[in-house]
Amino acid sequence: MAYAAIADRDQEHHLHDPQTFITKYIWSQDHKVIAIQYAMTAIAVGLFAMGLSIMMRLQLGFPDSFSLISPEEYYQYVTLHGMIMVIYLLTALFLGGFGNYLIPLMCGARDMVFPYMNMLSYWVYLLSVLVLMASFFIPDGPTGAGWTLYPPQAITSGTPGSGGGIVVMLVSLALFIVAFTMGGLNYVTTVLQARTRGMTLMRMPLSVWGIFVATILGLLAFPALLVAAVMMLLDRLIGTSFFMPEMLLMGVQSEHAGGSPILFQHLFWFFGHPEVYIVALPAFGMVSDILATHARRNIFGYRMMVWAIIAIGALSFVVWAHHMYVSGMNPYFGFFFATTTLIIAVPTALKVYNWVLTLWRGDLHLNVPMLFAIGFIFTFTHGGLTGLFLGNVTVDLPLSDTYFVVGHFHMVMGVSPVLVLFAAIYHWYPKITGRMFNDTLGKLHFWLTLLGTYSIYLPMHYLGFLGVPRRYYANGVTDFIPESVQTMNAGITIAALVVAASQMIFLFNMVWSLFKGEKASSNPWNATTLEWQTPETPPAHGNWGDKLPEVHRWAYDYSVPGEEHDFLPQTEPVHTGAIVHRDLEDFKE
Amino acid sequence: MAHDATALGAGLTPGLRGIGSDWAGDKQTFHVPWGKAMMWIFLLSDTFIFTCFLTGYMHVRASTRIPWPNPSEVFALSFGGEPIPLILIAIMTFILITSSGTMAMAVNMGYRGHRAKTASLMLMTAALGAMFVGMQAFEWTKLIIDEGVRPWSNPMGAPQFGAVFFMITGFHGLHVSIGVIYLTTVAMKVLRGDYKKRGYEIVEITGLYWHFVDLVWVFIFAFFYLW
Ligand code: HEM
Ligand SMILES: [Cu+2]
Repeated sequence: MAYAAIADRDQEHHLHDPQTFITKYIWSQDHKVIAIQYAMTAIAVGLFAMGLSIMMRLQLGFPDSFSLISPEEYYQYVTLHGMIMVIYLLTALFLGGFGNYLIPLMCGARDMVFPYMNMLSYWVYLLSVLVLMASFFIPDGPTGAGWTLYPPQAITSGTPGSGGGIVVMLVSLALFIVAFTMGGLNYVTTVLQARTRGMTLMRMPLSVWGIFVATILGLLAFPALLVAAVMMLLDRLIGTSFFMPEMLLMGVQSEHAGGSPILFQHLFWFFGHPEVYIVALPAFGMVSDILATHARRNIFGYRMMVWAIIAIGALSFVVWAHHMYVSGMNPYFGFFFATTTLIIAVPTALKVYNWVLTLWRGDLHLNVPMLFAIGFIFTFTHGGLTGLFLGNVTVDLPLSDTYFVVGHFHMVMGVSPVLVLFAAIYHWYPKITGRMFNDTLGKLHFWLTLLGTYSIYLPMHYLGFLGVPRRYYANGVTDFIPESVQTMNAGITIAALVVAASQMIFLFNMVWSLFKGEKASSNPWNATTLEWQTPETPPAHGNWGDKLPEVHRWAYDYSVPGEEHDFLPQTEPVHTGAIVHRDLEDFKE
Repeated sequence: MAHDATALGAGLTPGLRGIGSDWAGDKQTFHVPWGKAMMWIFLLSDTFIFTCFLTGYMHVRASTRIPWPNPSEVFALSFGGEPIPLILIAIMTFILITSSGTMAMAVNMGYRGHRAKTASLMLMTAALGAMFVGMQAFEWTKLIIDEGVRPWSNPMGAPQFGAVFFMITGFHGLHVSIGVIYLTTVAMKVLRGDYKKRGYEIVEITGLYWHFVDLVWVFIFAFFYLW
């Protein structure tokens, strides 16, 4: 089979060069432009979802002072807030945004393997966002079923948005899945097939590993959500009964019979748990690279880190029912899923140790990306530990559906990935825009965000112990919830307002620096990975000028003893007499 | 081809480790064109879709309280008064498997560079696929009009029978229909000589999709008609 790898082909392989403004920035097939389009859209919907959470927090904190939203609207906001944050912000920004930007640059490719499909991916994603937003303009508004969309309530008449909202939501999700699949196939194929000369899998930066494995998870997990969405659409629109049991609704026998709501939960969580890692694995990868760069230390245990990513990815498919301990399962199932859940903590903890060991005795540069990365270690450890509580059946039963859960998942998959996103945005900003951001504003943003989110979510764990239920519009007067809970709720709301306001600092910094920031050099952090070695900054179309880079070493040669500089880019040839590096040594034995 | 000195130890290190380093070698993991690698990954993802549909079906079938209709009675056709169980489905399966055969021959002819033969074998495959979809339409019509099966109800027992049947065979039929269009398009391009320079890998890639759709049918057949 006369098939030559791209790195071996003659370099006349030309991408079609865009000419007009439209083909360059709008219908662009350049992975960097698509990445920025993805990122802008995701950040915009993310801000919208943050706005929704502020409305909810105002209601919870000061139930008597404001009448901003009705109970129905509270349900709708909870649902849209959760769904947007998890899918349309985090998944899209990590994979569509950073996946698109970093994979070709870090692997030394000129672009994704199928740029046209990559472009379509973005436009379908945008369509899915627009469809979702359209649900605010239909008669009964967006769905209020909770982001888990559990039937039967999702499509029965008592739930807000059970008429049109849920249909719009499911259609939007289906579109998102199509968009993700088109992008995801590109990311995986690019990593597997289009690396440059010398870039073996075991020399890839961990960012690429994290994004790569997360994308595979997405390609295998989103099908379950798609199937669940199709079945629920059929139940809702043409009256099948996949998920709908026999029911009395307001004293009237419903038209459905014989379906299984539990089936939906299984399908949903078969997607839903890997989804957590679709968000977490790219964060793990990117934070590893950021920590190593700013600590001027090689990442501790690179191989272990890679295998941990793979192991976590594989295990994430066999833990899903830990979300269903209270749904009525066979107790042996609970036992099985509790065990697998606790096993997954092992590779995860290993990663945390390795991050800490990377910092140990490093030459820490506490600049903005590094601060966010270190903040992540804290919040992630914290959220991970509460996860161990919830993974045990007996502990989960009383805590399930309380604010303890809200605190847990916000720590582990809300705050932690978002901190990495900030770290990554600050870290790669000079490469993406060619300018430096403002350091002081960045630090202010960091401290307000870290301390602010802690003051939001730490108290929530305590509320959970008291038994305050989640997804409630107002607590009212009960025996088990003391008065003081209201004071705490007010405090949490104030912290949430501060956090929301501090994101404006971030936005201002990004926009201001774009025009007024200092010009960035091509490698301001003295980093080793390929994206910092491009001939132009920001990288031009085609990334590498006339010649693809050639890779000679792994991505973590920082502070190598006996070397003149404290970092050796991956493109630096191994000279004779130098210390033989880790990855080479591994192959000798 | 293609492995130079920078590919670390590829082909040199013996044993398991050798396989590992070869696989992790630089540039590409599998020595196949991008399109083919991508098709494999897509099919893996699509496998998960069908698996979810089929496990959903099994779950629903196991949990409903109303008895499930007997497939060999439902899917029987009468010729001269004698009902023959599963006869239509047997013919449909035969057609689809035959189409896999013509597809394989098309791939072979493609690599040998016989443009006309490749294209006509692909068109033959597409025609068999279209026949399959036609017979499926006939089966649906019979169930809907003669037997009164609906997605939401079913005179022969559990209403989920109709729901699952139309959903899964519909989804598969959609795959076949897309395949027919895909095959026809590629066949026309082969005929026009679009791939003279680039080579006929595309025929094999189309074939991968087609064989996959056939394979899925075997599972649907087994789980739906034989259980
Ligand atoms: C400004 C930061 C944020 C604030 C103030 C906030 C606040 C809230 C509030 C008040 C709820 C409703 C709790 C309830 O009534 O049960 C909620 C739910 C939720 N949030 Fe956030 N949140 C924030 C960021 C995030 C992020 C970044 C994520 C990403 C994973 C996220 C994911 C969720 C999810 C999945 C739910 C559950 C929705 C449901 O129950 O259906 N949140 N959040
Ligand atoms: Cu989970």
